[in-house]
Amino acid sequence: MKKTFKGIYLFLIMLFLYLPIFTLMVLSFNGGKTMNAWVGFSLEWYEEMFANRQIMEALGNTVSIAFWAASASTVIGVLACMGISAMKEKPRTLLMGLNNIPLLNADIVTGISLMLSFLMFGISLNYGTVLMAHITFCIPYVILSVMPKFRQLENHTYEAALDLGATPAYAFFKVVLPDIMPGIVSGFLLAFTMSVDDFVITHFTRGAGINTISTLIYSQVRVGIRPMLYALSTLIFVTVFIILIVVNIISHKKEEKES
Amino acid sequence: MALIELIDISKSFDGELVLDEFNLKIEENEFITLLGPSGCGKTTTLRILGGFETPDTGRVMFQGEDITHLEPNKRQINTVFQKYALFPHMNIADNIAFGLKISGKSKEYIKDKVKYALKLVNLSGYEKRSVDSLSGGQQQRIAIARAIVNEPRVLLLDEPLGALDLKLRQEMQYELIRLKNELGITFLYVTHDQEEALTMSDKVVVMNQGYIQQMGTPEEIYNEPENAFVADFIGDSNIIDGVMMEDRVVKICDHIFPCIDEGFGRKTPVDVVIRPEDVIIGRPGEGILDGVVTSNVFIGVHYEMCIEAGGFEWLAQNTVSYPVGAHVSIGVTPENIQIMNKPQSEDEEAMALDE
Repeated sequence: MKKTFKGIYLFLIMLFLYLPIFTLMVLSFNGGKTMNAWVGFSLEWYEEMFANRQIMEALGNTVSIAFWAASASTVIGVLACMGISAMKEKPRTLLMGLNNIPLLNADIVTGISLMLSFLMFGISLNYGTVLMAHITFCIPYVILSVMPKFRQLENHTYEAALDLGATPAYAFFKVVLPDIMPGIVSGFLLAFTMSVDDFVITHFTRGAGINTISTLIYSQVRVGIRPMLYALSTLIFVTVFIILIVVNIISHKKEEKES
Repeated sequence: MALIELIDISKSFDGELVLDEFNLKIEENEFITLLGPSGCGKTTTLRILGGFETPDTGRVMFQGEDITHLEPNKRQINTVFQKYALFPHMNIADNIAFGLKISGKSKEYIKDKVKYALKLVNLSGYEKRSVDSLSGGQQQRIAIARAIVNEPRVLLLDEPLGALDLKLRQEMQYELIRLKNELGITFLYVTHDQEEALTMSDKVVVMNQGYIQQMGTPEEIYNEPENAFVADFIGDSNIIDGVMMEDRVVKICDHIFPCIDEGFGRKTPVDVVIRPEDVIIGRPGEGILDGVVTSNVFIGVHYEMCIEAGGFEWLAQNTVSYPVGAHVSIGVTPENIQIMNKPQSEDEEAMALDE
């Protein structure tokens, strides 16, 4: 009895979580334009999507912005962590507190304030401003995921490397970096996802003519949504799903190897 | 010329003085131990020698050369850290070879040297193992191997046995003595464990609050403590107020005890140190003063008893157990009574105070 109840409960949760996505995926293969009737299986929306220059451009922008924003914020974030971890207790706590504020801050506030700052300094809104905005809001995420690694760094390994004759740079790359690498990778991935996911901040900092997937879909909704966007959404979902599985398998294998 | 000389070193952290005009000479091929409670400045001394801290004032001399501001990677000194500090993402061979690779040694040389170092610490064949798969004691040996392959002139050891259990600690103590003799290099050892200090060292430096309290061979430190702090810190002891009546006669608890110390003058107040194992327990009237056993604890090798006698609670160790409440007498042979001057000034008093 208890077991069946558990099963039903779990099934319901899964249903609520994944039914909408499943609906979307099914509809992306629907032959007709209608949202509420199954006409027949077809790949025409996928063809249309790949042929659509606007979508392909937006997709390219999304990926390139996410990649560069994640890369830049990872470098900046790791350097920041090095500095913060060398600080004394009080300023460190203060800085970590300040680091958390942008995370909790409403996107709309960040977006508008960034837009105002850009305009105030006479920077016209374009690809560059979006990238800068993304780097800005990604840094706290990187710091958040790298900082714990710095704190649990194997005691004194850096000093031990110096003691054995390593220069500070050699010690950092050979000893410290491999130790904090998992934090850096997860920080990078987190920043990448946050950047791909963002709509509000991008919306305010992009100029005319620059679109990412989310802003493109938003602008299309106003003129009526075409099923090719279902195809696009399906593609994004499947991509993320595959990446997730691969990452999990890799980290699982690594754990097995270590133990 | 001494191998290492610390001259007038002072160091403070956040306004707190950790070392105050500290002076120390370390001779070639010596096993020297800095012993003291935590916060006494022993680890800071070690870190200044390793190059991880710069003293506020004073100089560090290495073979007559000033190395006060030399970076740690340029010193002929290697350190074994308290928590081993092995590199977790490298295997054992790579850990040990780390320093050799930096100094650009050939592959053949490195391979031989790693093998030799592993043999020296009794872990032959562990080259390919990962750090995590080793026990604490084994990791400690690897940390030592990693330091000694570089053939340093001095090996600094920062409480290296602190994380090990008792049995392993005792084994490692003998291991370290053997290593020191085989390598013929200078060991500077830091610990708060008086047993470790006494077992291994050629010379013990007892420190408290940034000052050297006493320096000497383990026997000197144990048998002839110079002040109450050393007496109290090294082993258990009874430290009793006494009055030196004349040469070789001291009055403790209103009873006259013969002793062997001279030159304290007449009727001089002194501190008297008597080790608990030197307290002779007998039947009432047999010893110098009578008392009552107030507690009795069995601690393995012997019984540890407190005896209330002459207004002082004496700590005594004996293989014979006397039950609580028993009437006994206490005696001490003259050569087991150690007389110390009382601190003359407040400054001296502060030095002797425990934290």
